[in-house]
Amino acid sequence: MKFSEQWLRSWVNPKLESEALAHLLTMAGLEVEEADPAAPAFTQVIVAEVLTVTKHENADRLNVCTVNVGEAEPVQIVCGAPNVAAGVRVPCARVGAVLPGDFKIKQAKVRGVESSGMLCSAKELGISEESDGLLLLPADAPVGVSIREYLNLDDTLLTLKLTPNRADCLSIRGIAREVAALTGAVQTPVAIEPVPPTIDAAISIKLEAGAACSRYAGRVVRNINRQAATPVWMKQRLERSGIRSISAVVDITNYVMLEQGQPMHAFDANKLQGGILVRFARDGEKLTLLNGKELDLTADMLVITDGVRPVALAGIMGGANSEIDDNSNDVFLESAFFAPADIAGKARRLGFSSDASHRFERGVDFGYAREALERATRLLVDICGGQVGPIVEATTALPERKPVALRVSRVARVLGLNLPGAEVLSLLQRLGLAAELAGDVITVTPPSFRFDIEIEEDLIEEVARVYGYDNIPVNPAGSRIAMLPQPGNARDKFALKRILVAAGYQEAITYAFVEEKWERELAGNNAAVKLINPIASQMSVMRSSLLGGLISALQYNLNRKAERVRLFELGRVFHGVSDRVQPEKVGGLAWGMRDPEQWATPKATVDFFDVKADVEALIAPRVAEFRRASHNALHPGRSADIVVDGIVVGWVGELHPQWVQAYDLVQAPVVFELDVAPLLAVTPVRAKAVTRQQAVRRDLALVVDEAQSLASLQSAFASAAQPLVTGIELFDIYRGKGVPEGKKSLAFKVLLQDTQKTLTDEEVEGAVAALIAAAHTCGATLRA
Amino acid sequence: MDVQALLAQGLAELNATSEAAALENVKAKYVGKEGAITALLKQLATLSPEEKKTFGATVNQARQAFEATLNTRREALAQEKLARQLAAEALDITLPGRTHGQGGLHPVTLVQHRIEALFASLGFTVADGPEIENDFHNFEALNIPKDHPARAMQDTFYVEGSTAAEPLVLRTHTSPIQVRYMLDNKPPIKIVAPGRVYRVDSDATHSPMFHQMEGLWVEEGVSFADLKAVITDWLRNFFERDDLQVRFRPSFFPFTEPSAEVDVLGERGWLEIGGCGMVHPNVLRNVGIDPEVYTGFAFGFGLDRFAMLYYGVNDLRLFFENDLAFLQQFK
Repeated sequence: MKFSEQWLRSWVNPKLESEALAHLLTMAGLEVEEADPAAPAFTQVIVAEVLTVTKHENADRLNVCTVNVGEAEPVQIVCGAPNVAAGVRVPCARVGAVLPGDFKIKQAKVRGVESSGMLCSAKELGISEESDGLLLLPADAPVGVSIREYLNLDDTLLTLKLTPNRADCLSIRGIAREVAALTGAVQTPVAIEPVPPTIDAAISIKLEAGAACSRYAGRVVRNINRQAATPVWMKQRLERSGIRSISAVVDITNYVMLEQGQPMHAFDANKLQGGILVRFARDGEKLTLLNGKELDLTADMLVITDGVRPVALAGIMGGANSEIDDNSNDVFLESAFFAPADIAGKARRLGFSSDASHRFERGVDFGYAREALERATRLLVDICGGQVGPIVEATTALPERKPVALRVSRVARVLGLNLPGAEVLSLLQRLGLAAELAGDVITVTPPSFRFDIEIEEDLIEEVARVYGYDNIPVNPAGSRIAMLPQPGNARDKFALKRILVAAGYQEAITYAFVEEKWERELAGNNAAVKLINPIASQMSVMRSSLLGGLISALQYNLNRKAERVRLFELGRVFHGVSDRVQPEKVGGLAWGMRDPEQWATPKATVDFFDVKADVEALIAPRVAEFRRASHNALHPGRSADIVVDGIVVGWVGELHPQWVQAYDLVQAPVVFELDVAPLLAVTPVRAKAVTRQQAVRRDLALVVDEAQSLASLQSAFASAAQPLVTGIELFDIYRGKGVPEGKKSLAFKVLLQDTQKTLTDEEVEGAVAALIAAAHTCGATLRA
Repeated sequence: MDVQALLAQGLAELNATSEAAALENVKAKYVGKEGAITALLKQLATLSPEEKKTFGATVNQARQAFEATLNTRREALAQEKLARQLAAEALDITLPGRTHGQGGLHPVTLVQHRIEALFASLGFTVADGPEIENDFHNFEALNIPKDHPARAMQDTFYVEGSTAAEPLVLRTHTSPIQVRYMLDNKPPIKIVAPGRVYRVDSDATHSPMFHQMEGLWVEEGVSFADLKAVITDWLRNFFERDDLQVRFRPSFFPFTEPSAEVDVLGERGWLEIGGCGMVHPNVLRNVGIDPEVYTGFAFGFGLDRFAMLYYGVNDLRLFFENDLAFLQQFK
């Protein structure tokens, strides 16, 4: 809602500066989004009359004018505007004037001719973006008067960002009511006197849409002067509300809407083929609106018909078939109430919005249609003349306004503010609400202009608003003190993230909607959850894996010449349309060198085992098993499923060379993804006793086939079940001289220890021999 | 040669020596088996008891003096040698340390963590919920009627499998977490709920995916005055400014009443940073909590916006481009 502050002040004029008024409105919930001056600052510009115009001798495009500035002697001004002519009245900046942009007007010689001032365009005065010549003023503009005064430029244009519940403030009348309530200033509304009919002409009205249209008033005005011009004051108020002047009749309906809050419509009375019938549309009916939109009407659309065909989409926009045009002499004015529920969403569905639909879908005063119609008639007759028919009005069951009870004690409970009942009562009454206090209870019957007062809380909000949110106490919370539990068997997601950060990974946040291709290629998912209305085709499905987003982030950074990339993300993935399968995953990606390029570390490319260690750190203190597995995205020989407690919790591996090429990655990133939930569980530590007995170390080099996995040897060792062996660690792998082709030598450090006594050589040798014997089952031989 | 002259000569040689090995040679020359001072001691046997007494004492004093200087010199030479060795071993300590690289957390995560910690100190736990939501949790339970603009196609992402009776949406706010939590828990309830939310909107100041944090406190006797206190306390602690001006401005949300926008006073005027209000009685009833017994407040705000304010980031899109050059600033 945009309006002129001066217009509002003509209805209610509190003793507040412009800025204070804006603050008052904002703090009452009517947020002043913008407050712009009607014109920028400038001085000494007056209304002037051009007396004579002669060509400048030395310049084709310049004229030398004599100008009446309301003083005894006219002044001479050189002017380059194409539309300057003898007799026109235009703004004139006098010598000494300062125009917007700090443009000072001085006595000057223009190509040898004295010029004492400047004739101005609207653009030069800063009141219009464009202009094609001098601002021509009406012929009765008073010469010599300040243009600021004449054009009423010392005004502020206020734009309210109204919340949807405050439709009652979509008019000067409504805002004035609110300002009066908040300041106690007296309202001075325009008086509305009935305009007595001078002719019998009438159009019948029939309502067949139940509660959707419970009041419809209309009247015929005949023989209007269709050439009549909209008065300057009305034009100006409309323009300052952001509404363009169209014609006197249309301007009047818009003006009444802005002033009174009642959307109006004017039909060409002669284009109506019968009486007004308000009903829901029938499937198959068509209507072309004033904005040119051709509609196929549906049964949930409320229409105004002339008994024969739809002539307007009720509460939204008139139809082209009954439009006022240059030949319209007779008009039919409509002032009606349409129920919000029946208007809401319709215009949006059709792809536009209108001032009328904006108001009706939020709620228009259903008790005011007749007054608004009288106001419009008065303006129409004053401006366009014409003969007035009687008001015809039809009503059905109007909205009910059930009394709402407010307990004074509840105000204290919800707001933390103790007010006596009488004070609460007075706050509500200031808003124009009919309220009565009996004991602890105030009963309010909501007025017809309010659609947001149905329950006790609605009234509490009104009390808070008028009392002032600022004035409600700030009360240190008095909750029962209770510590938050800190479970020892769980950790939070930040703990997981910090492990990856310590390992060099940077956290990324990628979109949860991804390209369908990523899902197909990188997640092997041909049934990704689709969005019905994606914002772009490359964001059309929900991810089932974090991999696509991470690869995309890698590409982004490679395009910016990144040399080494470590990224991770923690977020939800989506496996089905049900809202239940949305597990959180943590995924990572490592590309490029193992360590940042530096002087003290040999250069090496990151590999499977670097990232495996990062994954193991995430899972610690539990120990994962890595099982060979096949995954769409990964190198089949360099990838593994990650198994914890017998359950697959994720995967790790090199990206498949096929995708390295397809996604232009130059070299393969090593990637991983894990379920978050199992990582959040940790086993609380129970300390074991530490033995004082020295451990014995024996090194063991075993030669096995190249294809033999470490895991197979480890399980062979385990099967030997040697209680004295407390640890077996691989510390070297050797291929080459001394080891046959196709074989490798694995060197293990074996630690042996007894908790009670020092081990004898026999015990040690016996245990080691048992390990060697067990390894034989894997084809291992002791290295010579 | 007399004893004193011999001692003086010996001490001079000790002091002139700069090598440990040479020092030992000087030692041998004077106090070794064949040393000059040792030789004097050997002469004692040939002297009379009188002479033995005086001359013996003189020689012994000379020997002790020699050995004392010898030890001092030994120590000094060892120190010099160590000093030379240490000097030779000196590093250019301005060379960079060996690193495996340091990662970092996303600025939104850092801010989220900071806010969670502040609320944890007031006893708020962290709650979570799904991102594909149904109509009930995202809209209906929150008192958002069917024709509310927030439900319009242009604001909400709909997911396949939606039916007219049960639309599935990408949650448009974190408020459905409130609903789920209140359905599963009894008051007193004190939670914050961070998470990703989605709206069909994309430009310099809007991302189709962004982050919100929701807060909820439902307990007997919680009032708007408590809301003002908790939010003000939080904002002042978050920005670490005790004099931060915070104001509450009447507003409208379907799920709270009274509702307020929260503004803080910045360098360029009031800045809107979130919405809040007393939980609407319909919402409490929808989750089976009696609004006659319990009252509560809820608030919600954009985490991304807080991260922008906290770190001085002026373009929201930077948070989702994942440009390492940007992200690596945050540790």
